[in-house]
This record gives sequence, C-alpha cells and structure tokens, in this order.
Amino acid sequence: MSKVQFGWLVRSIHSWAANLFILAAVIHMFSVYFERSYRNPREITWLTGMLMLFLGLGFGFSGYLLPWNELAFFATKVGTDIAGVIPVVGKPLMIFLRGGEDVTGATLSRFFGFHVALFPGIFTFLLVIHLVLVQRQGMSEPLGLDAAHERKTMPFFPNFMLRDVLLWLIVLNVLAVLAVFFPWELGRKADPFASAPAGIRPEWYFLFMFQSLKYVPPRILFLDGEVLGIGLFGVAGLIWLLVPFWDRKSSRGLRGKEISYIGIGVVVYILVFTILGWFL
Amino acid sequence: MSSRPDEFAPLPSASGQNVPLEAGQERRDFLKLALGGGFIAWIAAVAYPVFSYLKPPKQAEVEVTSVKVGKIAEIGKDSGMIVRFGSKPVILIRTADGEFRAFSATCTHLDCTVQYKKDLGVIWCACHNGKYDLTGRNISGPPPRPLEEYRVIVQGDEVSVLKKT
Repeated sequence: MSKVQFGWLVRSIHSWAANLFILAAVIHMFSVYFERSYRNPREITWLTGMLMLFLGLGFGFSGYLLPWNELAFFATKVGTDIAGVIPVVGKPLMIFLRGGEDVTGATLSRFFGFHVALFPGIFTFLLVIHLVLVQRQGMSEPLGLDAAHERKTMPFFPNFMLRDVLLWLIVLNVLAVLAVFFPWELGRKADPFASAPAGIRPEWYFLFMFQSLKYVPPRILFLDGEVLGIGLFGVAGLIWLLVPFWDRKSSRGLRGKEISYIGIGVVVYILVFTILGWFL
Repeated sequence: MSSRPDEFAPLPSASGQNVPLEAGQERRDFLKLALGGGFIAWIAAVAYPVFSYLKPPKQAEVEVTSVKVGKIAEIGKDSGMIVRFGSKPVILIRTADGEFRAFSATCTHLDCTVQYKKDLGVIWCACHNGKYDLTGRNISGPPPRPLEEYRVIVQGDEVSVLKKT
C-alpha cells in the first residue's frame, strides 16, 4: 500500500469511509431510538439494524488489525482477551479468534477472512432483510402525529432521487477532502516483544468502553472487575437491542418519558467517557 | 384447524390398489425420518471439517526454561527491558540500586505488554493504566492479579532469566 501509486489515497478513503459509516450508523440508531421507530411492527428492522451496527463495529475491529501496527496489535490482544473473559466458552473462543494462544500471523489471516468474506456475507443478508422491511412497511411516522394530517408527498423520480444524489455528492466530497488533507497514517509496525506505548487507545467508537474499563477496580465482591465490567456492557447492549420488546408504551402509541431519559443517559455516558478517553 | 384432506388419504400401491391408511402413514414417517436424518447427517458432514479446519492446530512448542539476556554492563541501572522468553514477553528490571528482577510482561488485566516506568518506579501498563510495584504486585488500576515472577541469575557478567519452578 505504501509503494502502489495512490495507495495512500485508497487506504485513507477506506479508513475515513469506515469511520464515517460507524458515525452515520450510530446517529441513525439514536434517531430511530428517540423517535421510537423500532416500535411494532418494526421490531425486526430494529434488530437487523442493531446487528448490522454490531457487525460494523466488528468490521472496524477486524479491520484495524490488518495494517499490523502497534495499535492493531494491542487492540487485538485486548479485544480477543475480552472475548476470553466470557465464562465457559471464552477461552476456546479466544483461541479460535486468534488462531492460537497468542496474537500472531495466524490471527492476521483469520481477521482478514472475517473482514473480507464472513462479515460482508452476514452483513449482506441482514441488509437485504432490513431494506425489504423498510420498503414493505414504509417509513415510520413519529408518535403523536395526527393520522388524518395531510401528507406531503413527492415523486421518487426525479425529485427524491435528485435530493439523494445531492446528499451523495456532499458526502463523497467530504470524504475526499478528509482523505486527501487528513490522510490516515500507517503507524508504527507491530512488535510483539515491545511494551504497549504510552497514549495507546482504540478508535473513537470504542473509547467509552476502553475508558470505563480503566476505572473498574480489580475485584468487586467475589468477581474479577474486568469480568463484571465486560459483563455489564454485554447486558446493557442486550437490553438496548431488545428495546422494542420491553418498551410496551410506544407500541400502544404512547410516548413514554422513560425511554427518552434512558437514551439521554446513555448518550451523556458515551460522550463523557469518550471525551475522558480522548484527553486522559 | 382441519388437516389437509389429502394428507391421510390412502396411497395407491404399485398394483393400483389402495394401501391401507396405517401402512401409508408408516411409509411417510419412515421417509420423513430418512430424509430428516440424512439432512442432519449431511449438515454434520459439512460442518465437522469446516470447524476442524478453523480450529487452530496444536503447535509443538519448545519449552523454554531459561534465556540469556546479555552482559551486566549492557543493562543500565534504573531501567527495564522486554526479553523474549519463548513466545512470551518477560520484563527484566534493574533497580536503581543495581538489583535484577524479572516478571511476565503480560498484564494480568487484558493481555497488554507492560513497561518499566522510571519516573514512578513502577511497572506500568499503558493500555488501561494498571500499575505493579517492583515485586510484581498489582497496586493500582484494573489488574486483578500480580505478575508472574521469574528468576534472574548472574553468572560472571552474564545475566539470565529463568522460569521459577
């Protein structure tokens, strides 16, 4: 990539596009959440969307090992070790992910396989379900909107399509500007026998979890802190994933305040810990 | 719910006569079992090699019990270095008063490689700010256990690190 002509540009576009994708997916997810668009009958759309977001994070995680730089090496060590914390299945899962006991060249080829074949395959499947449902069920309308109100419509072609094209143009230009003026660096080559460098941190979308893990004490009651911390994130993610099934109010057309409070709490938590992770 | 009318109808036999209802049902059950079983066996026949292929093979590792690090003069006082001990990193520290100590360099929290932090006089993990004192004991941050200790032997001016038995 460093020798091929415009290799830097392709790499940079890839990295920036990946980051913007996660950003767009996160914004989309929160807008769907706060609008309660996940409510009946769109539970499956929400579930497939959330699974695609998790998979997107998986793409990010498997992708940043591939340059085989310092961040890649230690992020993969930590990430796969986190998988190893899961009771019973953890250790075999970690060995499966790493292709052995340690992060080595075997891990690299495995992650490459996940990144370019396995994940895209699953993602395509989920995306098809997601889009078919959006197409079949139409856009969700905000709660409390008068059913009898006059709907503003426009023809898909050319009006809506031209709007879409305009947005594409803007996004592609932003991407080009970022890739050219802020090229993604390759970093320093990974050395399995070097200490983790000071200031090492994961990509911004994992920062809040990373920072939280720093504050978890070694032991809480009879549990290892890391097991508890990772377990709590897992449970929180599961509760969030299942929101259409426990938020019964919005399915009945009521706008419960609790959902907004929980959502605001989560956003504030993520923002605060991301900022702390960035600056500390 | 009524079953489909043709579902339990007698099946015509090869001779054209209707086979009794029970015999038809038995044959149907047998076919279901054979097809279902065959399908499951087929899935297993495909999945087993795939899983076996993805399972990392056990590598015969040469067990390392000691590693020569170098000459005393090459290792400055109040410094630390990572030593390759087989496939594992080990941190060798020479304290300010010239004493040698060695520990596993793998942080007990989430597997990062630790370093000697001269200004604080501790072993530090940059990943999640875990700290260990110079006896390897976890003293601050998230690490749940102390670092595994190794033995250091100085023979003449040669420094070696050994696994504790």
